[in-house]
Amino acid sequence: MKFNRPPFILAALLAGLTATASQAQDGAEALFKAECSACHMAYPAGFLPTRSWQAIMVDLPNHFGEDASLTEHDRATIEAYLVANAADRNGRMPRWLKTLPHNAVPMRISELSWFTHEHGNRVANRIKADPTIGSIANCVACHKGAERGYFDDD
Amino acid sequence: MKNHFTIMAVGLVLGLALLTGAASAGPREDVIAALAVEAGVDGFSATDGQDFFLASHTGGKPDTPSCTSCHGMDPTKPGQTRVGKPIDPMAVSVSPDRFTDPEKLAKWFRRNCNSVLGRACSVTEKGDILTYLSSL
Repeated sequence: MKFNRPPFILAALLAGLTATASQAQDGAEALFKAECSACHMAYPAGFLPTRSWQAIMVDLPNHFGEDASLTEHDRATIEAYLVANAADRNGRMPRWLKTLPHNAVPMRISELSWFTHEHGNRVANRIKADPTIGSIANCVACHKGAERGYFDDD
Repeated sequence: MKNHFTIMAVGLVLGLALLTGAASAGPREDVIAALAVEAGVDGFSATDGQDFFLASHTGGKPDTPSCTSCHGMDPTKPGQTRVGKPIDPMAVSVSPDRFTDPEKLAKWFRRNCNSVLGRACSVTEKGDILTYLSSL
């Protein structure tokens, strides 16, 4: 029994690198969840394209009417996580994104065509009728599993 | 057996020392003390802190003219973010962990002073607010 040494070392090295990368990804995900859920739900990265997350993360001191600034380290880590998991990650192109003009940079998930199609006036009326919901941004008011990424319960 | 008692007695004395130490100068007291040194004062005013907390300010972002916009008028009660998420009460008597993490404190003073006032809070403003919320 003799190891074919170079491929063995390479494989071990790759496994190590992958483990490190996945630990870094776990850390970034935990940071994303902790920071982005301080004021609102940590919305799934796959709900917006890369260009939207970049536009949001570059202007955190003016974040939908509030200062949500972070240290540069945390800001950059979270932006990298969002980009890595954005709607258009790895060249993906969901239909709603295909129909979006190339120069359009949506800033609100609630403005996207699939979102307004799914929610419409029915939900708007429900929010008006129940002040405890607060706003359309409060996903968990109706989708109890939203914070675990589960939205199919309506 | 005698050794056992000695160890227990030493443990008791150490434990008591730690407890009284924590009561007189914890991380929150250290933060307020450091602000007092920076401001060059002996202490801060809970009354001024309360006035500041309840006041409507100008110069900040339109949706958040006051601390109470999100924290509510009664710091012993929970507040609510603008999208409806609950905020733990700010009063130390109800939320004992408040103001014990300097990084968290710096982050939220930076954000909220800018949102409400459109500027950084002064050292005195910070000291007064923390003294007020610690007094409740």
